[in-house]
Amino acid sequence: MNMPFPNLAPVTPEIILSIAAMLLLLMELVFKNKGVLALAGLIAVAVTLYVLPSSFGTTFGGMFISDSYSMYFKLIFMINLALTILLSLKYLQREKAECGEYYSLLLFATTGMMIMASARDFIVLYLGLELMALSTYVLAGIKRNDIKSNEAALKYFLLGAFSSALLLYGISLLYGLTTTTDLYKIAAQLQQSEVSTTLLLSMILIAVAFSFKIAAAPFHMWAPDVYEGAPTSITAFMSVGPKAAGFAVIGRVFYVAFQNVQADWTPILIGIAILTMAVGNILAIAQTNIKRMLAYSSIAHAGYMLVGIIAGTAEGQQAMMTYMLIYAFMNMGAFAVVIMLEKGDEIKDYEGLAKTRPVIAALMLVFMFSLTGIPPTAGFVGKFNIFMAAINAGYVWLVVVAVIFSAISAYYYLRVVMNMYMREPAETAAINPSPSLGLALVISVVMVFVIGIIPSVVIG
Amino acid sequence: MLPKIFFGYFSIAMIFVSILIITRRNPIHSILWMLVLFFHIAGLYLFLNAEFLAAVQMILYAGAILVLFLFVIMMLNLRKEVEVERFLGEWPIAVFVGGATLVLVIMALTTLTQGPVGQYTVEAIQAETHVKALGKALYTEYLYPFEIASLILLIAVVGAMVLAKKRT
Repeated sequence: MNMPFPNLAPVTPEIILSIAAMLLLLMELVFKNKGVLALAGLIAVAVTLYVLPSSFGTTFGGMFISDSYSMYFKLIFMINLALTILLSLKYLQREKAECGEYYSLLLFATTGMMIMASARDFIVLYLGLELMALSTYVLAGIKRNDIKSNEAALKYFLLGAFSSALLLYGISLLYGLTTTTDLYKIAAQLQQSEVSTTLLLSMILIAVAFSFKIAAAPFHMWAPDVYEGAPTSITAFMSVGPKAAGFAVIGRVFYVAFQNVQADWTPILIGIAILTMAVGNILAIAQTNIKRMLAYSSIAHAGYMLVGIIAGTAEGQQAMMTYMLIYAFMNMGAFAVVIMLEKGDEIKDYEGLAKTRPVIAALMLVFMFSLTGIPPTAGFVGKFNIFMAAINAGYVWLVVVAVIFSAISAYYYLRVVMNMYMREPAETAAINPSPSLGLALVISVVMVFVIGIIPSVVIG
Repeated sequence: MLPKIFFGYFSIAMIFVSILIITRRNPIHSILWMLVLFFHIAGLYLFLNAEFLAAVQMILYAGAILVLFLFVIMMLNLRKEVEVERFLGEWPIAVFVGGATLVLVIMALTTLTQGPVGQYTVEAIQAETHVKALGKALYTEYLYPFEIASLILLIAVVGAMVLAKKRT
């Protein structure tokens, strides 16, 4: 039996990134200055971005597909990776958590996300997910002497393993029904047979497993503890990357494999979405730690993005993708400010920041406004698109619910702003400026305004 | 009839052994029951004409991984269960959710209709032998997942080093 050599063009970005990750492992032995590794990581991002547009196609017998959908997500992953590297450089030195494998693991995690976004087969999807998850577990626990970092890694690992088991059980039931793991063949099989209880159970298990990854309620319990305990740069990475990858596979699996049973999965996702928005927004109000608050806020944002998926139209899918891109910039920006401050973990640390550090306070103001969704920031464009798509698909009541929760979110975002501008400072806040961190902040804030004022750059 | 008795014995025994594993107070006893469980799983693989998987199950899981478990437990010198307070006290909710899931699973499995027969039927595998069929599938059809799996193993090694190695 001869097998033709598979066409490698569609997988070139993944190959480049994984080779770069392995080279970083070797370079760590030679270069004592970790800045070289960060620079090499950024070069890998640039090369991957360069080959990305020419990688259209399907390969490995249809297991891997590179289309405009996966390409959009890969762009988000690259932005996430580049911004995380910029955030990490000085932060790791300060926290004395420098280790050579850090950047390599970031690259491996991103490779896993890219494989997930491109998977057309459940086996590839699952392996991509594990590649991403395993690297992130290690990264969450990279501050080995910090008990909270250990707790974060362990909690993330246990719950992640649990959700993997649920996903595998769902996939195995689906395989029993259709005898295939190919998403398109599953769709063709499901078209012929009627909806059975087994199919519903399998869909629920798969939805639950993905909800773990995007931190949707009631499967969000890990998020606040893990976000608080992990090093802040990794928290920023986790709040965007794995979430985007989770949405990429939700969009792919539910829109392709389960397209004929849309009427059955919509109620499941509506329940999850409403609960997610409620839990995220209401519990965020009670937080005093800004990393925990941002964790609940990221749960709430997962809820808004699920509304885009629920719309069930191409418009809804696009709105979800746009929102993810916007969310990447505004969330990364907010975390960059947290990293910039010497003491910035508690919300009361921000009291009177506008008097002592006006520029940083103004930047935080922009990101908080954008997360709330106030024009002319990008957050408004994202929310507007999602809600329009849902209204056009006929879910007016769901949009009303989402808007109410969105209004609640203004309370905790603007409380940070109120602390910065209307309180007297206790002391001058110490900051840790560095060129790379400054660059990350500039990129984020410029993109938040550019997308907010000229939305056509990301839409269509 | 005979295959049904065979399958019935192995599946029921596996459930009982699994319960024994999680209820033993002495971790060494748990591990030994796990060994029994792995032998039963290997038996089930044999029953499904997957003799290679059965052999791998015995050599890797029973032979290598369990010994590793035993080493770790002996190194930690755990004579008896460490008694700590439970994190969650809401057992009525747990019982409710678990029970509801169980009912749903049973409902789903009783209505399970088998899909169309796939490529690898018992006859096809018997004609080609199991190892050959597995090897062919792994290096042609499933080449890409195979390569990703190698990256995952690399991460496992690197991750263990990052978390456990002495830092200078």
